[in-house]
Amino acid sequence: MKTTTTLTALTLALLASTAQAEIRLGASLSATGPAAFLGDPEAKTLEMLVEEMNANGGLNGEEIVLTLYDDGGDPNKARTFATRLIEDDGVVAIIGGSTTGTTMAIADLAEDEGIPFISLAGAVSIIDPVREFVFKTPHTDRMACEKIFTDMKAQGTTTIGMISGTDGFGASMQAQCKEVAGDYDITIAADETYGPADADMTPQLTNIANTDGIQAVLNPGFGQGPAVVTRNYAQLGIELPLYQSHGVASDGFIELAGAEAANGIRLPGTALLIADILPDDDVQKEVVTSYKAAFEEKTGQTVSTFGGYAHDAFALMTDAITRAGSDDPQAIRDALEATDGLVGTTGIYTFSETDHLGLDLSAFRMLEITDGGWSSVE
Amino acid sequence: MESLLQFLFSGLTVGAVYALVALGFTIISNASDVVNFAQGEFVMLGGMITVFAHEAGVPLALAAVLAILLTAAVGVALNKLAIEPARGAPVVSVIIITIGASILIRGASQLIFDKQLHRLPSFSGDAPIRIGGATLLPQSLWVIGGALVVFVALWLFFTRTLTGKAVLATANNRLAAQLVGINTRAIMTLSFALSAAIGALAGVLATPITLVSYDVGVALALKGFAAAMLGGMGNPKGALVGGLLLGLFEALTAGYISSQYKEAVAFIVILAVLFAMPQGLFGAKSTERV
Repeated sequence: MKTTTTLTALTLALLASTAQAEIRLGASLSATGPAAFLGDPEAKTLEMLVEEMNANGGLNGEEIVLTLYDDGGDPNKARTFATRLIEDDGVVAIIGGSTTGTTMAIADLAEDEGIPFISLAGAVSIIDPVREFVFKTPHTDRMACEKIFTDMKAQGTTTIGMISGTDGFGASMQAQCKEVAGDYDITIAADETYGPADADMTPQLTNIANTDGIQAVLNPGFGQGPAVVTRNYAQLGIELPLYQSHGVASDGFIELAGAEAANGIRLPGTALLIADILPDDDVQKEVVTSYKAAFEEKTGQTVSTFGGYAHDAFALMTDAITRAGSDDPQAIRDALEATDGLVGTTGIYTFSETDHLGLDLSAFRMLEITDGGWSSVE
Repeated sequence: MESLLQFLFSGLTVGAVYALVALGFTIISNASDVVNFAQGEFVMLGGMITVFAHEAGVPLALAAVLAILLTAAVGVALNKLAIEPARGAPVVSVIIITIGASILIRGASQLIFDKQLHRLPSFSGDAPIRIGGATLLPQSLWVIGGALVVFVALWLFFTRTLTGKAVLATANNRLAAQLVGINTRAIMTLSFALSAAIGALAGVLATPITLVSYDVGVALALKGFAAAMLGGMGNPKGALVGGLLLGLFEALTAGYISSQYKEAVAFIVILAVLFAMPQGLFGAKSTERV
């Protein structure tokens, strides 16, 4: 053990000519560019947590040094930065990849170089098939579909209409939902789409409303699309229940769609979103309230699910490094895979050899928008 | 029948937004033959400045005026700092400069404002107007009305005022225009100010429907440009008709064929029109140069 530490320290010293008593973490996030709404809170969260941990004596008594690059959502840049992190900055672990594209660019490299890597992106393909060094914190689209369909089934809904964005998120979730709908005896009778920058979806919604037998409507998408859909839904006076995805699980959505139009919408979200109304005995209560309070005080911005992904990645990584007792990448990876019941803001993580996501459906809470706020329907 | 009416309303709403953006292209295009690809950013600035001024407590109407004036100032600055120094450069180079300007404005807005989506309250409430079983939001009437007013104003400007004719003369032959005593520099500055102001007005009117963030300009400019090409670049009537037609194509395709193909169908129609009439629907008359 001692030799490994010394060796690693030596290697580090050679690579980056750094002092010995520090643990070097790397991150490549999309803090600017089209995915900035993901990367911006993620970057702020990581910086905040590192600062906090160092102020409290660091990790294993060593200071954490975070090297954070902004890849602007560009997979090519992400790959360059990942190379730089590993070769020049000599990091022992990488957090990042705000989007699936940037994640994939980093994942191959991390896998080849044997550096543990926790992604903050959604796609199932990141961890399926399992790669030795690649983990991720956000739940998948498929889980969101399953959560929504579970709720629909409980309401006795069997026939639904879907209206999905054609952006990456919407298209991916649309495909996943269509794949799992059969497992819940749900028929998708109408399947419409819209462009991510469209300003009016009344034609698509009119067609859905005119399709026979539809009992509910599901709208996978993020950004402005779901807000426009919600407003058009109210404009047309459609009475059927409307389900949105976890892509819009933020207070900003209610504001954009208007509290009146958004009333009664159901969507799967994380405990973080309803931190204030979680019962005190909820196992995630403490984690989400303390992260929310710290983030909002530090940045003045409302906390988002995406920042929560970064929080969880950092918690998983530091927990693994503590248990590994060293900053050897292989030891960190092994400790990471042995994570059991770590409570994060997104859910409770238990990794295994075959599961590098470690969340189940309980990570999602079915939420309803009532009077401009969130309430839990479970 | 109700469905058809709803599709038409949808098409008119979206089309009016396109038309407003397209109208902004006409003046600069008339003054210099340049297609200003920063036009979408003017629209974005109109929306963003109004949103932020309104949030800071400025009444909505005043915030809108402020946004239009500030955006016009940005237009003037763009002309003075980037377009004028490149005088004498080929039109293509100037167009590339406007693309650069659009990237710059977008980046600056991301820093000055933020990266979030924003929305303005609708001017006349959100209660839908019901006509024959279909519904229309009052804000759509504002956008359609705005497009009509700008169209009439531009038409009067180009046909009834000396300044408007001076703009056309400058485009036609800059040297000849100077020889008859037209201050072509001032005309260029004016055309950028007016284009930016029209863009900002479009942003103010459309934001309650389309929402706004620092990066909405690209998509809007693309659709506005397509609409202007369809109608005939430089002709206000072409911009208006082109915008409305584009919106209607999209809505009817989404309604009757498939929402998957609505943009493809709209652009195929545009291509077909341009094959038959390369100047656009109304382009021949105003862009004819002897």
